[in-house]
Amino acid sequence: MSGRLRVAVDRDACCGSGNCVRTAPEVFDQDDADGLVVLRLPEPPESEYDTVREAAYNCPAAAIEVTET
Amino acid sequence: MSDTLATNIPTYPFGNAGLEPLLPDLGPDGVGRVQLPTGAQAWLFTRHEHLRELLRSADFSSDFTRPGFPLIRPIPEDMPRRPDGSLIRMDPPEHTKFRRILTPEFMIKHIRTLEPLIRQTVVDALESMRAAGQPADLVEHFALPVPSMVICHLLGVPYADHDYFQERSRILLAWSSPPEQVRDAIEEMRAYLTRLIATRRDSPGEDLISRLAAERVATGEMTEEELVGLSVLLLIAGHETTSNMIGLSTLVLLEHPEQLRQLRERPELIDDTVEELLRYLTIVRTGLTRVAVVDTEVGGHRIAAGEGVIALLSAANRDADVFPDGEEFDLHRGSHQHMAFGFGIHQCIGQPLARAELRIAMSELITRLPGLALAVAPGDVRYRDAVVFGVQRLPVTW
Repeated sequence: MSGRLRVAVDRDACCGSGNCVRTAPEVFDQDDADGLVVLRLPEPPESEYDTVREAAYNCPAAAIEVTET
Repeated sequence: MSDTLATNIPTYPFGNAGLEPLLPDLGPDGVGRVQLPTGAQAWLFTRHEHLRELLRSADFSSDFTRPGFPLIRPIPEDMPRRPDGSLIRMDPPEHTKFRRILTPEFMIKHIRTLEPLIRQTVVDALESMRAAGQPADLVEHFALPVPSMVICHLLGVPYADHDYFQERSRILLAWSSPPEQVRDAIEEMRAYLTRLIATRRDSPGEDLISRLAAERVATGEMTEEELVGLSVLLLIAGHETTSNMIGLSTLVLLEHPEQLRQLRERPELIDDTVEELLRYLTIVRTGLTRVAVVDTEVGGHRIAAGEGVIALLSAANRDADVFPDGEEFDLHRGSHQHMAFGFGIHQCIGQPLARAELRIAMSELITRLPGLALAVAPGDVRYRDAVVFGVQRLPVTW
C-alpha cells in the first residue's frame, strides 16, 4: 500500500457512462465535445487513491487502469 | 439429460413477492439453467462478481438476431427482428458508433444544464397534484408525467401525445400482452416517430431528434430507419424507467419512516438515498440477455458458443458478498457498486438524467408534502406485471 498510484484511461474503450466523474471528479472529467473520459491527474494525490480504485472497479467498460509502482 | 432433471429447471421469469424479487434456489454458486417462456433454455447468473465478468466480456453478444439469443418472451413469426438504431441490441463496432453519437447528449455536465427545467417540471406536477385534491394517485399525477415531460422536451416529442405513446409503451412492457399486440404497439410507435421525424426535418426545433435528423441522417451517417429505432428506445426508456422508480421510491420511503425522517433532516443524504433506491429496487427485473459468440467461461462455468445467458441484475444487487443484508433498505449503505443501470458497454446512457430526475423529484416531494402518507394499506398496493417493475397506482394523502 506504500507504492505510488498511476492511472491510465482508454478512450477507445470508454462508453461515457460518467461513473468515474461521479466517483473521483478531481481525477476524471468528461470531454466537452464527445463526453468520453479525460484524465485530469495521471498521478493523483494519496487522498484520491480510494476513489480512483473505486472508479476503476465500477467502470462498466474497464477503461481505467490503475497501477501501483 | 434425464426427464427428471429437465423438469427441475426453474421457469423464468420468477416474479416478485411485494417489492422483493423472487429467485429460484441455484445453490451457493448462484448459477443454473432456466426455462424461458419461448420454450428455449438459458444460463442464469446471479452473483455480482459473475455479472461483472459476463457483462464486460466481448465473448457475449447483445444482438437478438443471432441464433441462440435468449428471447424472454415469444415474438410473432412475422415480426421483423431488426436492431435498427436500438443500440441496446447491437455489438461493437456498430454499437460504438451510436453510443458515441449519444454520449455528449446525456453526459453529466449537459444534464446539469437541464436541472432547472427538471425542477420546474417537478414543482408544477406537485402543484397540479395538490390542486387535484386528496387522495390522489401519485403515479398518474407525479411519477409518470415528470419523466415523460422531460424526455419529450429533450427529444422534441409533443407531450400532448402522451396518452398515445404511454399506452403503447405499457402494452409493449406488460408480460400479459399477446405477442401480436406487442408487435402492433412497436409498429405504431415506429409509425408515430417516423411522422414526427419528418415534421422535425422540415421544421427543426432545438431538440435531439431535430439535431440527429439534420446532423446525422442528412449526412448519411445514420439511416432514417435507425433514427426511428433509436427514438423509440429513448422515448420508452426515458420515461418508463424513471417513472417506475419514482413511484416505487415513494412507497419505500413511506415504509421506512425513520430513514425518511433522517433524509428530511439532512437533505444532503439524497444522493446516497437515490443510489440505495436504485440498488434495492433494481426495476429491470428481467435482467440482461446475451448470447455467447465463442466457447467461453464465466466464473469457471463453461458456456458454449450459441448458448443464451441471463444476467440477473436484481439478484446481483442483493449479493451478500457485496451488499450484506441486501434485502434491507439502508440509505447509509453507500451502494456505489450496484448494477441497477447494468454493467459493460451497454450500461444505461441516460443514468445522469435518471439520477437528476430522481434526486430532484424525491427531494421536492418530501419537502413540499411533509404530511405525505399512503392512502391504502401497504399490502393493497398493486404492482405491475411488466418487464420494468413498478406500482400500478399509489394513492396518497398529504
